Amino acid sequence: MDTIVAILAAAIVAGTPLVFAALGELVTEKAGVLNLGVEGTMLVGAVSGFATAATTGNVWFGVLAGMVAGVLMSGIFAILTLNLMANQVASGLALTLFGVGLSAFMGKPYESVTLAAQAPLEIPLLSQIPVLGPVLFKHQILVYVSWALFAGVSWFLYKSRAGLVLRSIGESPESAHAIGYPVIRIRYLATLFGGAMAGLGGVHLAEFYTPLWVEGMVAGRGWIALALVVFATWRPARVMVGAYLFGGVTIAQFFAQGAGVTITAQFLSSLPYLATIIVLVFISRDMATIRLNAPVSLGRPYRPD
Amino acid sequence: MRLKLEARAEPSPLMGYLSPLLAAGLTIIAGFILFSVLGKNPLQAFYTFFVHPIRDLNGIAELLLKASPLMLIAVGLACGYRANVWNIGAEGQLVLGAIFAGGVALYFYGSDSKFVLPMMVVAGAIGGMLWAAIPALLRTRFNTNEILVSLMLVYVANLLLSWLVNEPWRDPEGFNFPQTKQFTETALYPALIAGTRLNVGFLISLAAIAAGYLFLNRSFKGFQMRVAGLADAAAKYAGFNANGMIWLGLLLGGAAAGIAGMGEVAGPIGQLLPSVSPGYGFAAIIVAFVGRLHPVGILLASLLMSLLYLGGEAAQMELNLPSAMTGLFQGMLLFFLLGSDVFISYRVKVVQPPKAQARLKEAAA
Repeated sequence: MDTIVAILAAAIVAGTPLVFAALGELVTEKAGVLNLGVEGTMLVGAVSGFATAATTGNVWFGVLAGMVAGVLMSGIFAILTLNLMANQVASGLALTLFGVGLSAFMGKPYESVTLAAQAPLEIPLLSQIPVLGPVLFKHQILVYVSWALFAGVSWFLYKSRAGLVLRSIGESPESAHAIGYPVIRIRYLATLFGGAMAGLGGVHLAEFYTPLWVEGMVAGRGWIALALVVFATWRPARVMVGAYLFGGVTIAQFFAQGAGVTITAQFLSSLPYLATIIVLVFISRDMATIRLNAPVSLGRPYRPD
Repeated sequence: MRLKLEARAEPSPLMGYLSPLLAAGLTIIAGFILFSVLGKNPLQAFYTFFVHPIRDLNGIAELLLKASPLMLIAVGLACGYRANVWNIGAEGQLVLGAIFAGGVALYFYGSDSKFVLPMMVVAGAIGGMLWAAIPALLRTRFNTNEILVSLMLVYVANLLLSWLVNEPWRDPEGFNFPQTKQFTETALYPALIAGTRLNVGFLISLAAIAAGYLFLNRSFKGFQMRVAGLADAAAKYAGFNANGMIWLGLLLGGAAAGIAGMGEVAGPIGQLLPSVSPGYGFAAIIVAFVGRLHPVGILLASLLMSLLYLGGEAAQMELNLPSAMTGLFQGMLLFFLLGSDVFISYRVKVVQPPKAQARLKEAAA
């Protein structure tokens, strides 16, 4: 029982960077913008947050720095694609390649630095519930923040007027523009929000989860987050489910090794990537599901005249 | 006064050529600023980064050596990119090519046969194509996004290589290092210029550039792929086989990357190591774009990118700057290119905001 509790709790922690990055990207994509630069943004967010926390000694400055870095990174992407009408696929790739280089460059002085592990915040009463308590309510603060983000994004997209406008822009920027909504400005905000969340996901990884900086430490999580959005057919609740499933797959290797299972380490490490491919195949097989759920204008540039 | 983009009636071919030059220029300017911010003398740093590495014959040989895999992979990728087939997993296909070629080299370890090397080239191509066939199959059969699949397979390929050099293929006399035996001479590319590391692989890359030109710009299949990339609906109406083009685009990219991977283990590395490429598969994406998906452009862009690799190494040794600067410059180059490309389809126009216009009218009246 204790092992199961430990696995579930660890899956939630491991899935949290994915929750941040994927929910952010979900909002971006709902506005019709496909930002493939999540991986690079997470890396730059991670290193900025880590460096700031290591220098100032305050993790919350680090959190802020990581988010600001995410905004700046996605700002580059927004200028390229929304102002200069560059191809979104190519620009997103460029953002990731740039982020990989920039983060490696910035992170060099911090490679042997360690941060103190952050104590978990036990929610009074709730954390006493058997099984559920330790699984859900004995986490570091950012895990709770990610739940608040989920609630906020769900409410925003489906219950608020602004969310409706954002979704309508993702479906048909032409109509939204004709009604008088500022398409480019809203796409900007959605892209910057996605960047901030990707940065936050990176921060969680470097400052709270590990907590250290290793070059390339995001290790494909940004790409997995992109795949999660497709897997979730652009719905926040399914993003959460998917993120924790992947969190579980990620930590499987540690528990397998702990349990003395002799499976090749490299095979276990490749599981999250193989799982991503398998779920993508599973979900994309049915073309109609994708076409019904994907924002119609996703990845298509729009320029109001 | 405000700047506004105005769509050109037709894309400007002149800007198509000028934009990569503009991007290279902007990257250099950004480099100057970066060096100054880092407290280095920008002129000296510039010299160290861009001139010092190619000051002698050995430097030129190194430039061509590193440009070889870049141009080879980029020309393969360009085939797919022209048809909007986004293979971004060339790095993984490169690793598989290295694994397959390395397997041949180890199987025929110590053989005197002249056929080992050609077999390694073929094996490398097959390895790369197999890895690229996975996204091709999933895309054509299950409509799965080839960007994500090909990228995920990069991680899997690296883990596969790591397992091979750690377990079954590890050199028993290698002091427990994760590496295979050093390949024997028949499994290595002969040197092209004595005393340098430049090898026959460079000629293969040049041949690929020529073949790429014939295929992309002179063949009907290449024309079909261009049409599919520019106007999907037109290609469908013309009855071009869309799935065939996806397969072809991915397999050509995979074969090229696989041969490039083979060239690394049969060239400068000479054995299998846990890492066989400093990101050539990703850098080649930038080369393909900066080269305008045109073989001649790719040839030039690969030289520039190779110089960035050499510059990064030089900056590390001479200026005590991290060699990760290379990736930074590569990313900036692509950003500036994508930004400069706006001038191909748009021109910048100075417009007066309405208020200023009204005031001007008043003044005129």
